Amino acid sequence: MPTINEIASYAQTAAQKLGIQKFDIYGSTVDETSVQVDQGEPQQMKASNRSGITVRVWNDAHTVGVTSTTDVDLIGLELALKTAHEASEFGVKDNVPDFSPEATAAIAHANAADRSPQAEVSQLLQTLVGAEKELLDAHPAIVGVPYNGLAQRDIDRFYLNSVGALRHEAHSYASLYLYTKTEEEGRKPRSAGAFRVSTGLAKLDINGCLKEAAEKTISHLNYEKVKTGKYRVVFSPEAFLSLLGAFSNLYNAQSILDNQSLSTPESLNTQIASPLLSVCDDALHPDNVGAETFDGEGTPTRRVPLITNGVLTSLLHSTGTAKRMKTEPTGNANMGAKVTVSPNFFHVFPGEAASEEYSLGTADNVILIDDLSALHAGVQALQGSFSLPFDGWLVKDGKRISIESATVAGDIREVLNSIIYVEKDLEFTGSGVAPRVWVNELSVTGE
Amino acid sequence: MQAPTLLISKELPSLKYTYAPDRFDETWEAPLSILLGLGRAAGADFIEFFLERVNYISCMAEDDAITSISPRLSTGAGVRVFRGKADCYVSTNDLSFNGLKAALEKGLSIMGLHLPLPNAFIPEIHLELLRDYATKKGKDAWLGNCSSMREMGDVLLSANGELAQKADHVQSRRAVYFRDWQEVLVASSDGTFARDIRLTQSVGYSLLCADGTNRSSISKRSGSTSDPGFLRTWDYKADAEDVSESAAKMLYADYVESGSYPVIMANQFGGVIFHEACGHLLETTQIERKTTPFADKKGQKIAHENLTAWDEGITSDAFGTIDMDDEGMPAQRTLLIENGILKNFISDRAGSARTGHPRTGSGRRQSFTFAAASRMRNTYIAPGEYSIEDLFNSVEKGIYCKKMGGGSVGPTGQFNFAVDEAYLIENGKITKPLKGATLIGEATEIMDKISMCSNDLGLAAGFCGSVSGSIYVTVGQPHIKVDSITVGGR
Repeated sequence: MPTINEIASYAQTAAQKLGIQKFDIYGSTVDETSVQVDQGEPQQMKASNRSGITVRVWNDAHTVGVTSTTDVDLIGLELALKTAHEASEFGVKDNVPDFSPEATAAIAHANAADRSPQAEVSQLLQTLVGAEKELLDAHPAIVGVPYNGLAQRDIDRFYLNSVGALRHEAHSYASLYLYTKTEEEGRKPRSAGAFRVSTGLAKLDINGCLKEAAEKTISHLNYEKVKTGKYRVVFSPEAFLSLLGAFSNLYNAQSILDNQSLSTPESLNTQIASPLLSVCDDALHPDNVGAETFDGEGTPTRRVPLITNGVLTSLLHSTGTAKRMKTEPTGNANMGAKVTVSPNFFHVFPGEAASEEYSLGTADNVILIDDLSALHAGVQALQGSFSLPFDGWLVKDGKRISIESATVAGDIREVLNSIIYVEKDLEFTGSGVAPRVWVNELSVTGE
Repeated sequence: MQAPTLLISKELPSLKYTYAPDRFDETWEAPLSILLGLGRAAGADFIEFFLERVNYISCMAEDDAITSISPRLSTGAGVRVFRGKADCYVSTNDLSFNGLKAALEKGLSIMGLHLPLPNAFIPEIHLELLRDYATKKGKDAWLGNCSSMREMGDVLLSANGELAQKADHVQSRRAVYFRDWQEVLVASSDGTFARDIRLTQSVGYSLLCADGTNRSSISKRSGSTSDPGFLRTWDYKADAEDVSESAAKMLYADYVESGSYPVIMANQFGGVIFHEACGHLLETTQIERKTTPFADKKGQKIAHENLTAWDEGITSDAFGTIDMDDEGMPAQRTLLIENGILKNFISDRAGSARTGHPRTGSGRRQSFTFAAASRMRNTYIAPGEYSIEDLFNSVEKGIYCKKMGGGSVGPTGQFNFAVDEAYLIENGKITKPLKGATLIGEATEIMDKISMCSNDLGLAAGFCGSVSGSIYVTVGQPHIKVDSITVGGR
């Protein structure tokens, strides 16, 4: 694979040859290895070494075209620039994207190479086989770990443009997931799992993942149907972050400008949630594994206060949306023919002090939702509604009883406004850090 | 099919290969057969190379402007190495001989094997004469006959203009088109050597309407896998009419009351219920993971006696149609369920090796970065003997699911589907629109409750995400009646 500097050099050469004056490139290379096992034997092992770039080209009429390619040699780059130049003829005439004004700004927390050495595949296999065995031994009902995987990945990202911006950073990740399946005579199969991610295999919390997967699985063995009705609901950190992500159009400036949002420009600085809730997007949060310090336009990432004590205080921006809404980009852009905006890493925490605090240890007839599934199907992001299957427990007199099968339905705006308590203890998940969040009432369909 | 040894390992660096850099043709036979021989000499039981070249473009019109034209060019290869029933998969962007050799070497090392020593003999793998579906079926000219960027923009803007005329309370209008041209070459150590070109196109609308706090969002898509002129013949006027009508009806719909109801599901995309609730559980991948309740049910009754279902790759221009799968096997027509009896599973090479079920030409993948897995193609419930009126007349109070959203099935067979457009049925008649419905159930239980199938089989284009990525599929069915299903709502 060519180096970042070689790609920059190829691009300059090809652009000169094609008479292209203005361009930029965002790209990445990935080197990854992963393993899966089945009953102590290797199931499938994968390795990949690949790269991909997106080039943007501005023509003489100042409209922009884009092309993505995996061919990052001189010939491939020349073809990509040429195709992007052709596409630029059909580029938007209004609100044309431009370079980020911050593409050359200093990055406060720049960390050009945050790399851990990759472990041998044999070590990955040995680790995963050991984890699988421990999980199978944790309870006689656990007959398999059908979904499992241990992966390690090195990623190099870069951004460069024709006026001299050149950013580059490298990260390593290791991740583990373990999802069990149980079988018991006369009982339905049950499943539960856990996930961990770290900067390398050596730092991966394998025991924590094992413990969580085993405890959750065992807690779901004795299950009951739940009666259909309205319940007070507690979202686990993971479940609440899933909802926040699914309805990210609420604070996405591009979605708002496209009329593809539940918010409008006038929603800014209005109350959209209970004063008990605060949410930031914080790519640079210390718990964010492999935090990215710049976005697809080269803009430095940062902490963005989205909801402060229930008030929508900021939006996520690209260079283009920031310009249109007369503010600054926030480092949330993804380069493309149409630049999109997305959150980096959520930080959810209590806002105003709650008048009453709640505890699962003393709760009664409360549903604790551990994990929401099928968000791609059950979320109507533009209508605000959701109807989602979940794994969880009915808490009766402080004791948890696994729920056999149920869905929870509601409207995200009502959920945000009917929060009655945001717990203080934060947990790290793959997409952010959050505490458990209590919601006064939601519809649950069981039996 | 191994010939006497002809080549010594140390001679490899001196070999000069002249294969076509921009086309997968017969010139690739020599380097690929040598690489396959290298892998066999190293001790692998089976090796497969999958080469891919993609020329993709998408175009989007928002309201009255083209806001995105996005081409993507991609080349890459994957090598799969089997040792016994275990396998590994290595992918790379580098299609040079040394790049492919490096990928092979990586795969071998993962399997505990190593390239042969310098003086080792390399067995030559005799590949079949190139089985070239692209040339045989005239596909080489497809890409050049597709719509230009300008034509894409013109059609989508006209289509979006039509939607503006037809729909009320419009908050946003989108018309989206993509063209995915893919050239693939498969060579494996059993002698397989096959090439194909696929041309997948899709176009459709996404309409968001709002009136005060009432909102409705309706999408509609159609697809093609063999017609370069597909976009030119898109009947966007009819689709605009259809989408506008649905959005208007759903704008003021009440939320469905949760409970258990008899349900009539419309044809075409209604077939997503069978795809999710049963089709996935008939993939050998699920048998391998022990996540299907049907693993040992072949020859047994798993569904209502009125239900017969197929999975095939041969229906002309359907969205899941393929001339060969991604392991070089010609597509087949596979009878899954006949009158409620489980007849066959959907199997790829690895699934066949690990479960014993025969391959069905169903080894599919999103791209070179994925190993092939057993995946569906065009999957549908066969038409039955009832009329639609028969189905409605059998329902006193129930739900008509006219447009389904997406769905999924969990590791224990639980499934769920979103319903984008639903209506209340009272005494056999549709009475009012409903929104917010989700269908929930267990695969093993629902299949026995599909009691009536009408005679109006229809197919619809869909996208399916699973272990080998996102692929193009068809779902389909006639109108069907499910005697009872849990409906999640408010």
